[in-house]
Amino acid sequence: MHELGITQSVVDAVLDAVTEPRVTRLELEIGKLSGVVPDSVRFCFDLVVTGTALEGARLDIVTPTGSGRCRDCDQRLVLEDQLAVCDCGSPDVEVLSGRELRIRAVDVESGTVAS
Amino acid sequence: MCATCGCGDERGVRVGARDAADTREESGSPDHRYGGHSHDHDHPHDHDHSHEDGVHAPDDSETAVPEQDGVTRRVELEREVLAKNDTLAERNRQWLTERGVLALNLMSSPGAGKTTLLERTLAGSASSVPLAVIEGDQETLRDSERLRRAGADVVQINTGAGCHLDAEMVGSALRSLRPAPGSVVLVENVGNLVCPALFDLGEYAKVVIAAVTEGEDKPLKYPNMFAHTDLVLLNKTDLLPHLSFEVDRFAEYARRINPGVEILPVSATTGEGLSAWYDWLAGHVSSPLHQGV
Repeated sequence: MHELGITQSVVDAVLDAVTEPRVTRLELEIGKLSGVVPDSVRFCFDLVVTGTALEGARLDIVTPTGSGRCRDCDQRLVLEDQLAVCDCGSPDVEVLSGRELRIRAVDVESGTVAS
Repeated sequence: MCATCGCGDERGVRVGARDAADTREESGSPDHRYGGHSHDHDHPHDHDHSHEDGVHAPDDSETAVPEQDGVTRRVELEREVLAKNDTLAERNRQWLTERGVLALNLMSSPGAGKTTLLERTLAGSASSVPLAVIEGDQETLRDSERLRRAGADVVQINTGAGCHLDAEMVGSALRSLRPAPGSVVLVENVGNLVCPALFDLGEYAKVVIAAVTEGEDKPLKYPNMFAHTDLVLLNKTDLLPHLSFEVDRFAEYARRINPGVEILPVSATTGEGLSAWYDWLAGHVSSPLHQGV
């Protein structure tokens, strides 16, 4: 259950980066091979944001599928999890993507009408 | 950074002094616990987004900004969530490299025999490789006392509610431990096959300790842990005659996740196979193959 700490890190990083009093939406990228469970992050999010500028913010989580390359036959693969086996039978697959754990963007409300 | 998974509050962590005696820590907040928060998640989670294809088109037709008074603008952040831990881990790695110290991150499920293996290692290989230990547990100084009796310099980290060590904890433990140049620091992570896999500590290599009592399919069930390890010590081989565990099948599963991984069957109880582990240690001390993993 590292997701509570991860979620706290996310919220801390957003609060560090943003000076606006209110964040209305947070967009996270959690790759399918990252080892982090999006539903657990959601579960923790409401708890962690209480009393911060993110309270009430919408949480959008993008979960990119992984991609890999077979080291034996060089074929490119789509990876849903770590247990991929290439069509050629080789389990020796290099993970190229899917481990993302990134804060993409936030929507902030400035409270004043800017041009 | 996530210092304690249970509450996200670093004050729950205590890093002991080198060779700390069995006295209660004088500072910190030992009563700081998960229960400090009220976790009454009885609210509905109506997160009905589907992001199965991994290509998410933000649905702005939805009311994204309730009770909006001013204007809303998007701020691109593009920050790695673990960036702070990774930065601190890199600092640890540099600190260790400058001193010629090799740190190993030892991970396993609870009860796989990490501490017994360390005791045995301290006794068996200390003449060839100087060793020191950073011991991670949720609570108590029990393991560090065991290892100190075995002759090691030990610093205990109690993570409180936390389920893994992170780079910040290990950094302060290293400064407290002051390992000798040319030595090996064995970092015993919290017994857990899930969370420690995510946190770089600045180690030279990761070592997973599995036990034959756990079943052959552990690598498949905990792939993140096995995917990034440099060495697997398969412990408790003295119990093999009493079990249906097949070492070859375990090795096949581990290599399905991590094709190049080295696997050494050992028994911390009888000493069987430990010379190969000591050779591995000595070999990496004298000529490190890589810095970092």
